[in-house]
Amino acid sequence: MAVAVRSLTFGQAINEALRLEMERDPSVVLMGEDVAGGATVPGFEQEDAWGGVLGVTKGLVQQFGRQRVLDTPISESGFIGAAVGAAATGLRPVAELMFVDFFGVCMDQIFNQGAKLRYMFGGKARVPMVIRTMIGAGFRAAGQHSGCHYSVFTHMPGLKCVVPSTPADAKGLLAASIRDDDPVIFFEHKMLYDLTGEVPEDELVIPLGQADIKRSGDTATVVAIGRMVHLALEAADLLSADGISLEVVDPRTLSPLDDDTILSSVRRTRRVVVVDEDNPRCSMATDIVAMVASQAFDDLDAPPQIVTAPHTPVPFSPPLEDFYVPSVERVVQAVRATL
Amino acid sequence: MELTREQAVWIYERMRLIRSFEERVARLFADGRIPGFVHLYAGEEAVAVGVCAHLGDRDYITSTHRGHGHCIAKGVPVNEMMAELFGRATGSCKGKGGSMHIADVSRGMLGANGIVGGGPPLAAGAALTARTLGTGGVAGCFFGDGAAEQGTTHEAMNLAAIWNLPVVFVCENNQFAESTPVTYHCAATSIADRAASYNIPGVLLDGYDVLAMYEAAGEAVARARRGEGPSLLEAKTWRYFGHFEGDQVTYRTAEQSAAYREHDPLALFAKQATERGLLSRADLDRIDQDAERQVDEAVEFADRSPLPAPEDSLSDVYVAYR
Repeated sequence: MAVAVRSLTFGQAINEALRLEMERDPSVVLMGEDVAGGATVPGFEQEDAWGGVLGVTKGLVQQFGRQRVLDTPISESGFIGAAVGAAATGLRPVAELMFVDFFGVCMDQIFNQGAKLRYMFGGKARVPMVIRTMIGAGFRAAGQHSGCHYSVFTHMPGLKCVVPSTPADAKGLLAASIRDDDPVIFFEHKMLYDLTGEVPEDELVIPLGQADIKRSGDTATVVAIGRMVHLALEAADLLSADGISLEVVDPRTLSPLDDDTILSSVRRTRRVVVVDEDNPRCSMATDIVAMVASQAFDDLDAPPQIVTAPHTPVPFSPPLEDFYVPSVERVVQAVRATL
Repeated sequence: MELTREQAVWIYERMRLIRSFEERVARLFADGRIPGFVHLYAGEEAVAVGVCAHLGDRDYITSTHRGHGHCIAKGVPVNEMMAELFGRATGSCKGKGGSMHIADVSRGMLGANGIVGGGPPLAAGAALTARTLGTGGVAGCFFGDGAAEQGTTHEAMNLAAIWNLPVVFVCENNQFAESTPVTYHCAATSIADRAASYNIPGVLLDGYDVLAMYEAAGEAVARARRGEGPSLLEAKTWRYFGHFEGDQVTYRTAEQSAAYREHDPLALFAKQATERGLLSRADLDRIDQDAERQVDEAVEFADRSPLPAPEDSLSDVYVAYR
């Protein structure tokens, strides 16, 4: 049976997932700064002024009202903590932490409350909440609005971490995240919002913990996260001219991480490059390389390579920021270093 | 607010059970039978009991590191509580939380909290659930004078006020944040006065007087249930023990502590209730003995309960790593 698909942007796909989940389950509520915008302003009683700072949640307040699409004060500890309390008592809140860099003002509520309640209470609590948050460089947004930082959250027991790279993945993984009974941090790369791709019209749920092979190949495996998947695919196009066939593995969720798919690809290609836009130390790049080295060392024909941002904050000026973000050229060089 | 005999019995039973439990825990801790940290609630009983007297099954509370009294007032069984303090598999949290994270969500107790100021946002969230799902429930939020200086407490009060959420914020001002007096750490003369900045009612109360607590909490809970939003109660109180067990309490004088013990909240209520003809001396004695018996049983239950298996540490969390 043919599945009806059409082209949507990454941002539209996220909006559609939120709408479908809110239609399906009245306990799903959204909260965050300007998720509707214009609260209490005459004329905006059932309209949004913004619909999110980049318009990703636009139109939802019109359909679901201001009791379920809650504008918050600029008060991340307050409303993310409220999402934890609401999740522990019967709602499925989706809270928006506008930029991941803002985790510094609310980490206690994420880390000591949301992530730990289920465990500390002996499994007698569940915290089915999602924190949607924007990541990544490329907007010239400088040091406090451009980081990735998903490795910080992946390190924390009790949290699940999702980093979609395509519109369809964003839709299916967000639905799964909302239905999950554990707290999920859902990382949206701001440079992907306008990316278009085919997305099924109907409900789509992609289980957490399943990597996706975005391109099959047999010369080397490139494990790439989020926006870096697209760099890896460009590198694969360039290298194919030289007869080099890259397999591009997109983990899609960092916690849980689909070790099996990564390992089986690497065991076949015998070469691995990990591309990660986060800072390098204690990163997903080093974590995945360590996992491969400890479990498939004898299958490797070359030392694993990593391509990451440098260990600096994200700079502002265009040449500086462009230098910060991993490039297709660096991915190509890293692959060649394994050959 | 006139009390019935039944209400008076419940209040005295709960206050006495908290006192008996905490005094026993102090002895057990001193004997080395309870691992970790414990923070005792004795002296503050009138606050938890006066508030929880108005709460039922659909209502939630958030608590503090000093949470045993809140648990007992909200109806968490003392057998499971003592077993949790002993680190046993039969404990409220199967031995994974201990005193500082003791919880029973099935009874609306959202956990003691090891983070000062960790609870207020959670209470706002529980109240958001009540409002969104139309349960008619209210969230009681206990926090100390120390937590009054945390940003989370301010954020949660502001959020509850702008969203008109059914929360009763209850500041247990025992006058010390660990060893630091409230007169030093708090710029306000009264924490209750801060309610004005959220446009919510704020009431300063004698936290030793359970009747005063009961009456003020009754009004605040009723207001929340009517959909009129949050309130802030500040209960001035005193903890009989140190900040934690083992604290030598060098920052308070023996005279101060003796004066507060003289004015004891249980003795005060016993006097009030007998003068009003609600309770007899025989009632009080029976309740005192019954509380001791319940605590005896709780210790026996904890003692004969199994320890958790080491590998149980790997359950109740999402674990994916080999």
